Amino acid sequence: MRFAIQINEGPYTHQASDTAYRFAKAALEKGHEIFRVFFYHDGVNNGTRYTVPPQDDRNLQKLWSELAESHKLDLVVCIAAAQRRGILDANEAKRQGKDGDNIAPGFRISGLGQLIEAGIESDRMVVFGD
Amino acid sequence: MSTLHTVNKSPYERNALKSCLDHLSAGDLVLLIEDGVLAARKGGAFAQVLGDVGRSCKIYALNPDLAARGIAVGDLVEGIQTVDYGGFVDLAADATRVCAWL
Repeated sequence: MRFAIQINEGPYTHQASDTAYRFAKAALEKGHEIFRVFFYHDGVNNGTRYTVPPQDDRNLQKLWSELAESHKLDLVVCIAAAQRRGILDANEAKRQGKDGDNIAPGFRISGLGQLIEAGIESDRMVVFGD
Repeated sequence: MSTLHTVNKSPYERNALKSCLDHLSAGDLVLLIEDGVLAARKGGAFAQVLGDVGRSCKIYALNPDLAARGIAVGDLVEGIQTVDYGGFVDLAADATRVCAWL
């Protein structure tokens, strides 16, 4: 079965990103496909590579990046939500005249059309948030 | 045709659980996750309503979230079943759709 996942909450606010990550992992282990993970609202904060939690804490950004690499996941960050919160890729940083970008490996910045498409193309859409 | 409803907030903090229960159709499934599992405790303020709803809808609680909050399976309202993350995936796949009461 094909799943789409939406995450509306930052990595260390409550538990939404943790739950979504464990759900995604369990779905992949069962042989399901994950069409896309869409990070919306404060969820975009999962996608900055400048995340540096204490060494004995889980690093959700890294976990997502690693899962994306091992399973070729499409991690999409909402562009409007990202710009408000200072999440930029190289193109956006240049376009906005900023001195650097911070998008994490495996993440890409795109628009809400990607969320709609995920809903259309997937059998189930599962939302995690605040 | 059934919907899996997920509730992730404590019913003592928000009214997501109540909203969810007020919108259930017979045969729907409810999965309590994160702080939502606090509703599942036997003797709690929501035990009665969950017991009543459990007669027409199946109610589940995510076991790792129960364990993280020190709630033993034996402390749950009768009829509430526990699942792990794999069970969560199975419930989502078996239902027609998933509705998150955020």
